[in-house]
Amino acid sequence: MSKDYKDNLPISASGFMDEFMRLKRGSVSRRHFLGITGLGLATAVMTRFPGALSTPAYAAEDLGTQMSIATWPNYHDPATFENFTAATGVAVEVNVFGSNEEMLAKLQAGASGWSLFVPTNYTISTYQKLGLIDELDMSKVPNFSSTTQNTRFTSEGQIDGKTFAVPKNWGTTGFAVNTDKLKTPLKSWKDFFEIAQTEADGRAMVHDYQLTTIGSALVSLGYGFNSIDAGELAKAEELLIKVKPHLYAINSDYQPSMRSTDAWMTMCWTNDGAQLNRDMPEIAYILGTDGGEIWTDFYAIPKDAPNKAAGYALLNYLMDPTNAVKEHIANGAPATDSRVIELLPKEITSNKIVYPDEASLTPLEFGAAVTLTDPARAELMARFKSA
Amino acid sequence: MATSPETKKRLVTAALLAPASLWLFVFLVLPFIAIVVFAFGERAPEGGYQPSFTLEQFANLGARAAAFKNTLLLAPVGAFLCLVVAYPVAYYLAVKASPRYRLVLVSLVVVPFWTSLLVRVYAWMYILGARGIPHLLEMIGIENVRLLNTPGAVLLGIVYGYLPLMIMPIYVSLEKLDRRLLEASADLGAKPLSTFFGITLPLSLPGVMTGVALVTILLLGEYLIPQLLGGGKVFFIGNALVDLFLQSRNWPFGSAIAVTLVVVVVFILLIAMRIAWRFAGTRQVDLV
Repeated sequence: MSKDYKDNLPISASGFMDEFMRLKRGSVSRRHFLGITGLGLATAVMTRFPGALSTPAYAAEDLGTQMSIATWPNYHDPATFENFTAATGVAVEVNVFGSNEEMLAKLQAGASGWSLFVPTNYTISTYQKLGLIDELDMSKVPNFSSTTQNTRFTSEGQIDGKTFAVPKNWGTTGFAVNTDKLKTPLKSWKDFFEIAQTEADGRAMVHDYQLTTIGSALVSLGYGFNSIDAGELAKAEELLIKVKPHLYAINSDYQPSMRSTDAWMTMCWTNDGAQLNRDMPEIAYILGTDGGEIWTDFYAIPKDAPNKAAGYALLNYLMDPTNAVKEHIANGAPATDSRVIELLPKEITSNKIVYPDEASLTPLEFGAAVTLTDPARAELMARFKSA
Repeated sequence: MATSPETKKRLVTAALLAPASLWLFVFLVLPFIAIVVFAFGERAPEGGYQPSFTLEQFANLGARAAAFKNTLLLAPVGAFLCLVVAYPVAYYLAVKASPRYRLVLVSLVVVPFWTSLLVRVYAWMYILGARGIPHLLEMIGIENVRLLNTPGAVLLGIVYGYLPLMIMPIYVSLEKLDRRLLEASADLGAKPLSTFFGITLPLSLPGVMTGVALVTILLLGEYLIPQLLGGGKVFFIGNALVDLFLQSRNWPFGSAIAVTLVVVVVFILLIAMRIAWRFAGTRQVDLV
């Protein structure tokens, strides 16, 4: 044999390294790299043999090189997206939002560019009504298992028997307190709004979000979290405007302020409470004994998603319990899927912030769709912010 | 077919103006028409816009009276503070600084503009936040000082952000100042202070008015600084607009406010130009 085996290779070793470095620098596309090195062909051949590659589903369809997801602050393990990019070549751009209203506004305006997003339970019926989301093609999400889901948290993803969204995780809206700074023990939303005006003067934060800010104020006055009763809303407005001069900020991204100790107390979602408490044990997470919110966040795919294939691929990736459990450990929001709970370490399943006692969940309410589109609540929020 | 030089000249002018005109038409005139149309419409039940012809949105402007009041108060106060800080700097640059260093000093004023305002405002968030100046104060025993999310922080951010826009026009008008006038004034026995108020200041007024108008107009639409340094508690028209479009999705009402803001800006600009003409005694003053 006169011919060296190397002559049959599509590219020399040093040529390969050059191309690889160019890919890493971003000078060439992944597709160019796969083509010129012959790896694309190799990948295509290998996917014909089940088991040859661990992620055969991804090579079957052209996923492109880029997609974007709309989600909440501090809600994902950054490694999840890096791993997804490594497995599929699709870079994930992450957009974070402060309220469901803002997400809805972006989708209503059109051309959001998202291929996957994370709406909360009470908004899904409105998205479906407005025709902004598609029924999910569950054949593209084989990793989802409906039988292992806790139905308490999953029902709002189904409309007329069709699946429009699948659950990401559930959680609660309570408040976080820096116990080094605030000595009075707090138990309820009534306490929260009282202490905000006294001991925590200038140090308390509320969300820039009508549902939780107005809802919690209503709860502190003994009304329902979702009330749109004019008289009850007027009382809540009175309270909020009275509290406002004492607030540190109206902002849904409160972790930086709590970590720097600029703020001592804030309305807080489970996952943020767990993250803050993990890094700063003096920060406690409290569920109002007088009520508050319990929620489920879902994954859904916009009707005008520019890269649905990648959206489904990422959704399926996130529904894989081995990936979901990493997300859970990083963000601290409780799972709806028992397969994920089984994989969790004991210190998380026994964490009372993440998995509170059933009794403390009893007074909590799921958000109601009507609050999302009610003009009275929107105007109340505007008056509160401009007061 | 012979083309007269006149026609040719006109064609060239038209060709040169075409790109800018097209740009302005597509990205300024058309969106503005859309906003005016929206302003007479109604909010759809789930948010957004539905066609209608109603003055309801304009009748409701009172619901954002606080935002208008805050903005109309902040814009002149902010512009005045900028002026107070900017004038001495501009004066130094134009009159006192040695010509050798002048270019370097002027570029130092301009260089921060090369970084996004957002990034610079975030820097202020860290400087004013608990791990910044308050932390240093704690070391010398002054505890629990809060600087971030106060009206003072918003004013500081505004002066910081808009200062170069005030310095540059004043600097330009002072640089053109004929020094012989100052010498003449001194020769005739005027004290430095009366020379300043009698000659320097009046002659630099076109620059001052330009700077004030520029900063005031931009401040009327300010959103970022109050949001980031005011903790979302300081509410201007810019913030009201963002919330109306992005939170309550009341596009018609947001459009009505936007149209009103444009009218207010044009009105303020006209008044400012009148004042400037009066001071300068000529109509040769262009504000923006």
